[in-house]
Amino acid sequence: MSTARAPLIGQPVERKEDYRFVTGTGQYTDDIVLPRQAYAAFVRSPHAHANLLSLDTTAARGAAGVLGVYTGKDLANVGGVPCGWLIHSTDGTPMKEPKHPILAEDKVRHVGDPIALIVAESVRAAKSAAALIDVEYDALPAAVNPATAAASGTAVHDIAPDNICFTWAVGDKAAVDSAFAGAAHVTRLSLINNRLIPNAIEPRAANAQYSPANDSYTLYVTSQNPHVERLLMAAFVLGIPEHKLRVVAPDVGGGFGSKIYLYAEEAALVWASRRVGRPIKWTAERSESFLTDAHGRDHVTTAELALDADGKFLALRVDTIANMGAYLSTFAPCIPTILHATLLAGQYSTPHIHCQVRAVFTNTTPVDAYRGAGRPEATYLLERIVERAARELAIDPPELRRRNFIRKFPYATPVGLTYDTGDYEATLSRALELADVPGFPARKAQSERRGLLRGIGYSCYIEACGIAPSSIAGALGARAGLFEAGEVRVHPTGKVTVFTGSHSHGQGHETTFAQVVADKFGLALQDVQIEHGDTAKVLFGMGTYGSRSLAVGGSAIVKAADKILAKGRRIAAHLLEASDEDIEFRDGTFRVKGTDRSKTFAEIALAAYVPHHYPIEQLEPGLNENAFYDPPNFTFPAGSYVCEVELDPQTGAARIDRFTACDDFGNVVNPMIVEGQVHGGLAQGIGQALLEGCRYDEQSGQLLTGSLLDYTLPRADDLPGFLVETVKGTPCEHNPLGVKGCGEAGAIGSPPAVINALLDALAPYGVRELEMPATPFRIWRALAAARGTR
Amino acid sequence: MPSLSYHRPSSITEAVQMAHDDPDAKLLAGGQSIIPSLKLGLLAPSAFIDLGGLADLRGVRLAGRSLRIGAMSSHAEVANSADVRKHLPALAHLASGIGDRQVRNRGTIGGSLANNDPAADYPGAVLGLGAELRTDRRAIPADSFFQGLFATALGPDEIITAVEFPLPERAAYVKFPQPASRFALVGVFVSLTGKSVRVAVTGAGACVFRVPELEQALARGFSPESLAGITMPADALNTDLHGSAEYRAHLIPVLTRRAVAQALA
Ligand SMILES: Cc1cc2nc3c(=O)[nH]c(=O)nc-3n(C[C@H](O)[C@H](O)[C@H](O)COP(=O)(O)OP(=O)(O)OC[C@H]3O[C@@H](n4cnc5c(N)ncnc54)[C@H](O)[C@@H]3O)c2cc1C
Repeated sequence: MSTARAPLIGQPVERKEDYRFVTGTGQYTDDIVLPRQAYAAFVRSPHAHANLLSLDTTAARGAAGVLGVYTGKDLANVGGVPCGWLIHSTDGTPMKEPKHPILAEDKVRHVGDPIALIVAESVRAAKSAAALIDVEYDALPAAVNPATAAASGTAVHDIAPDNICFTWAVGDKAAVDSAFAGAAHVTRLSLINNRLIPNAIEPRAANAQYSPANDSYTLYVTSQNPHVERLLMAAFVLGIPEHKLRVVAPDVGGGFGSKIYLYAEEAALVWASRRVGRPIKWTAERSESFLTDAHGRDHVTTAELALDADGKFLALRVDTIANMGAYLSTFAPCIPTILHATLLAGQYSTPHIHCQVRAVFTNTTPVDAYRGAGRPEATYLLERIVERAARELAIDPPELRRRNFIRKFPYATPVGLTYDTGDYEATLSRALELADVPGFPARKAQSERRGLLRGIGYSCYIEACGIAPSSIAGALGARAGLFEAGEVRVHPTGKVTVFTGSHSHGQGHETTFAQVVADKFGLALQDVQIEHGDTAKVLFGMGTYGSRSLAVGGSAIVKAADKILAKGRRIAAHLLEASDEDIEFRDGTFRVKGTDRSKTFAEIALAAYVPHHYPIEQLEPGLNENAFYDPPNFTFPAGSYVCEVELDPQTGAARIDRFTACDDFGNVVNPMIVEGQVHGGLAQGIGQALLEGCRYDEQSGQLLTGSLLDYTLPRADDLPGFLVETVKGTPCEHNPLGVKGCGEAGAIGSPPAVINALLDALAPYGVRELEMPATPFRIWRALAAARGTR
Repeated sequence: MPSLSYHRPSSITEAVQMAHDDPDAKLLAGGQSIIPSLKLGLLAPSAFIDLGGLADLRGVRLAGRSLRIGAMSSHAEVANSADVRKHLPALAHLASGIGDRQVRNRGTIGGSLANNDPAADYPGAVLGLGAELRTDRRAIPADSFFQGLFATALGPDEIITAVEFPLPERAAYVKFPQPASRFALVGVFVSLTGKSVRVAVTGAGACVFRVPELEQALARGFSPESLAGITMPADALNTDLHGSAEYRAHLIPVLTRRAVAQALA
């Protein structure tokens, strides 16, 4: 008999996976060494834009230890890297979708574009041979800056002579224009959302093996979504039957979006593994990661907000140029459109919004989703312009927000989303309290006595997690479904293995999902094992991104678990000689209502696998169920962030003194993991605001921030101790767990809070604008310019 | 990485001979500059001559009014040495701010000075204190040791054995780090010995340099106020992603004032 126990849901259960990670026994792609392992190196373009005149591989082919040398010509019959999202321009034409060859054919389009693959007995042999490949380039002018790419006079792709991939818009332009015409006040803002380089600790890696025994392939790869990788690679690139390709994403050391996509290197390895007849492994070096992992953000934006005399928002107009880079990465077109423009209502009841997005090609690394993906860009411009409006109208920034909060749900925004629930006042008022806003003037005075400036800044963000439903996503251009799959396998002893199509690369699925299932069945946490990341084990999956894992993947598992319980009830009814309706399941036990006749979960499992006394005419033996869950809507987490900075006007050095984050994630399964996710998101968001900025040379297209010597990743001592709290929130109303998603919130909400705080500190000096990352140099320059000393 | 030979001499004489016999060989100290250069393909030496086995190059010794620090002393050893902390705390502080823990445990003062990275910290102290470099064959005063971008007075097979630091009355080092690498965007070392003041600036130019104007002002009165109104020309200073020449020029007097205040504290 199992006894009632406290639910695991809501408990800060320690992460099951951490034992292997902290003891160094995780299995990452690079840890996998297959029999007769061979190794690969790629030759990459040193030019941002050039015609490939000739490629001589003779010397490399003859070099010691070389097993194969391949170039674009060898891959002529192979498809390009496909794009998973089709956007149509406002004039109805489909986006320009140029081929993205696995290895460059006649042209290279960004520094790092791969042009040859060398397979050898060792990494060293492969690299030595790479140096022997003789390439003749005819360097071309490069289009680098997205703001001027359309007028640059150099075309990255012939099919887009003006470098415009698409011009897309959402919202009622006429209504917006007329609202502006009648506005009492208009606030204007131009800004750049700085380009970021993801930098997962584990670089991308792949190990591909061909088995002639059954004519099939296995690919071990650093992927956030192995099934999607398999589908794209099999069906669109290599033409391998889907069932002949197994994709395994073992332990993955961080992704942040950069490992969602199908990359050229991975397809090249699978293709070559059959030619060479040996398994081939490649692990990116950090400098390759900088050059080839899909980058994030990179918008050039102007925004205008119309307000009435009371500070009510009347309309918002946004015009954005979004940099796609040299090729369309897997989800690139969806980021500045569906995941950006549709978020522009934020937490506010702005009645009219119009946003135009021009996506442009440039001779830079492709850009795609990076933690937050589109939503940080939306939040940054919105929370910056709202705060600027507050300053212009001399209204307290939180007060201006309050006047415009959405207070009735469900709420249909003018940009296509319907928020199911929310309570924006709750997170704002709690954040203000936690941040001790009333104490700010005293702290400011204290800073001033030490010759330092202090400022406070706010941000109220909304996020849309778990893109859904598939039918709407399809109508908006998705070339894939956006459901998730799960399987619950109850073993004869009553222990449970759960298979999820979601993928964990730091998120803690093995713990959180186990908490959910253990509670469902009344089991101990250790009786539930979560498996993910292997197409040979897991029935299907769309993977992990967009904070969808628990809301979508978790819901699929709940559905499968409900099917297990329904079947268990029928088995119990048979064994207990009762009718199905009289059986209840509580605290791990099936029981005839109102009696003490019962069977434990384990007894039912055993009966299902040893069906001696079993309703075999009505029920199959076994206890194993699948489910697919297609959510009816996005979930909408929201929160309020308050940042307090102190800065040194003599050097421009800024330090975050306090950072308060108050979030509504709906129901919380594991508060410790949620807090960790918020911390990580804040670190990346603060990184964007103060430290991280990808820079290219505008003429040559060379990556200037190509290593950690010049690209500033946040370090622990760059960050304050965070004050993080989740409110007892508003549960999501349309998924069975009532959860919303928390993985990206920190990165979405924090950048505007930081910049608003800096601008608050600098306002007395007349500084109105500051670009991200707000480095000491930029802050000093802004101050110097405002003082007129430069 | 290319393949190369590895030698581990057991005496300074042997090391010098090896360096002399193979001009393409490189001395190896902590490897914190040379190994990254090798990996990036900036160097392809025929051999490494590892100085790690030479006991004579190690250790910190107090001798009268000077501190002798062996070339192979790691940054961590200098930072933690009781003698350095007591007699030259500014140098211990400087060493404790170099790189990260791993770098400080491997990297050496001799390697840093021989390398003469324009943004390295030690050159600031050596020039800012008027130290003397001892090599296998001679003594080189700081003022003639640093010769330009990654360039020093060392001969091709010459080995730094130690650095002799005279003990000042007051000294301090203030570093404003480049945000990504955390090398010095600008670092200022000031010292006062008798009537003599030295101000050495690293990170701002092609090579560490002294600033006579600041030194003269401080010689008239060693206090932050003495520097009021002094500005630096930006000519010949570095401009990069992390700061313009003007910014660096601006930081020099700001950091010098702070260093003087610290030295007086
Ligand atoms: C991540 C990182 C961060 C760093 N941060 C900083 C920083 O903040 N500030 C800073 O100043 N430095 C920094 N460094 C550089 C570090 O201080 C190095 O230790 C130093 O520059 C070189 O010392 P080494 O002992 O490692 O020399 P090596 O790399 O072994 O050698 C460097 C050069 O000096 C030569 N050489 C070595 N010893 C001698 C000798 N006794 N006589 C003659 N020639 C010799 C070698 O042949 C080589 O050319 C950093 C390095 C890294 C990797």
